[in-house]
Amino acid sequence: MTNGKSWKPWALLSPSLSAVFLLLVIPVCFVVVYSFWLRAPSGGDIPAFQWGNYAKFFADFFYPSLLIRTIRVALETVVLCLVMGYVPAYFFYRTESRFKPVLMILIMLPFWISFIIRTLSWINILGDSGLINHLLLKAGLISSPFSMLYNEGAVLMGLLQYLLPFMILNIYVSLDGIDKSLTEAATSLGCTEWQAFREVTLPLSLPGVSAGCLLVFVLTCGTYLPPMILGGPGNDMIANLIFKRIIGTLDWPFGSAISTLLLGLLGVIVYTYNRYLGINQIFKSLR
Amino acid sequence: MKLFSGWSLIRAYTLLVYVWMFTPIVAVVLLSFNPQQFGSFPMEGFSFKWYVKLAHNATILTAFKNSLVLGSITSVLATAIGIPAAMAFVRYEFRGKEAINTLLLAPIMIPEVVLGVALLLFLRWLQQPKSFLLLVIGHVVLTLPYVLLVVQARLVGIRKEYEEAALSLGASPFQTFREITFPLLAPAVFAGMLFAFTISFDDVTATLFWATARNQTVPVQIFGMLRNSISPEINALGAVMIVLTVSLPLVAGYVSRRFARGSQA
Repeated sequence: MTNGKSWKPWALLSPSLSAVFLLLVIPVCFVVVYSFWLRAPSGGDIPAFQWGNYAKFFADFFYPSLLIRTIRVALETVVLCLVMGYVPAYFFYRTESRFKPVLMILIMLPFWISFIIRTLSWINILGDSGLINHLLLKAGLISSPFSMLYNEGAVLMGLLQYLLPFMILNIYVSLDGIDKSLTEAATSLGCTEWQAFREVTLPLSLPGVSAGCLLVFVLTCGTYLPPMILGGPGNDMIANLIFKRIIGTLDWPFGSAISTLLLGLLGVIVYTYNRYLGINQIFKSLR
Repeated sequence: MKLFSGWSLIRAYTLLVYVWMFTPIVAVVLLSFNPQQFGSFPMEGFSFKWYVKLAHNATILTAFKNSLVLGSITSVLATAIGIPAAMAFVRYEFRGKEAINTLLLAPIMIPEVVLGVALLLFLRWLQQPKSFLLLVIGHVVLTLPYVLLVVQARLVGIRKEYEEAALSLGASPFQTFREITFPLLAPAVFAGMLFAFTISFDDVTATLFWATARNQTVPVQIFGMLRNSISPEINALGAVMIVLTVSLPLVAGYVSRRFARGSQA
């Protein structure tokens, strides 16, 4: 019935395939091609093949330092998401509360709330007249507002708010696939609960942990909103630079070169991950 | 339940994560009712003033209309091309299936900022101006992989045997589609459309590259308003967005459960 040479699946796939090919693969190739072009003094682009845009990027320490900061902030976000996300995911796995479905829906809710609102909502909390300063002033602990916005900590709050649900879901999907009788067997054979967790549950949940880490890393590298809204002048990441070059100064060839570098970096990471661990784990959690 | 010493700690920790996650969101909604001039604590009464002001702001109303139209068109298009593809993956075996599945899901792993640049650059090469069409095309590309994932997950549960039974009992292929396949498929179609709509309605990272002064969406409008300062009006607009995009899936879930119960009875 479902023979391998049938034309039917290809007919069904053709709209999606042509959309992705025409509107994604070709445009991304254009970014790579444009990164070798020249920018005319008049603002136009001149087709060329030269490495000038890349040379400009690595000419001094300014641009590479943005790339390094992006990687550092992304790693910090990954670690914080892991620390904040593993315990709730484990709670969902073990709980027998009848409120579990409600709690699960609540953790999904931020997915449905606009990223820009979630980001700016931190201004109401961390700002000079935000919730924390208001409470501290009222309690008499401080006499003047204490500045918490426009630094890396505020940027991390925004990034965590955005990415934590992805991490929790990835870990939960992995934990949920573990047969609970395995831990029961371990404890009945004399393991303590902690040992059973360390020796059985934790290793079996690692595919979800690594998938969550990769997803969080990649998504952090591709965003510019939290640094723009919650960060100061020194908190820009590589995506902010792309935004400024393309929308601000309309420097298409240089903007393309930075985009290509970002794409290349993430490509190498995703490729390596897929080679050793398999990318499909990531897509499981998004269903 | 097996209680071990750490369990109450785990519960407390989880509770703290919830508090951390929801405090800023609750603050947006609360402050939108604060009549005070600056959108900040303390609360000084309760008023709908900022909502009234919003309702009279023509730019925001236009942005709302744009967002609704864009989200609706995107959800129809993304589902229309996503469902056949999902069926191909669930129903058929063919060469290169894994690779093609990965290719179609790839946009999730491509940084949105690069996606924004790429499509804009392509348009520039074609010497076309930015338009509403660009937003539609971009949003279809953004939402397609998610639609594919959601619909595929729902389709796995629909067994082929039902259709085969209908056909072997003498139904025509059209009758089979109308009476069997479509009703079984409807929840998947619905879920896919809903997902696409919310992603499109909320997207800002790539949309900022594609929007123009004439084609603004609500998140782009909020971004523009933020340039000045955070006003209570932004909180009110945020609260409207939160209520809208959060209630949509909840209502949809409730309705579909109601339907499921109805069809069982």
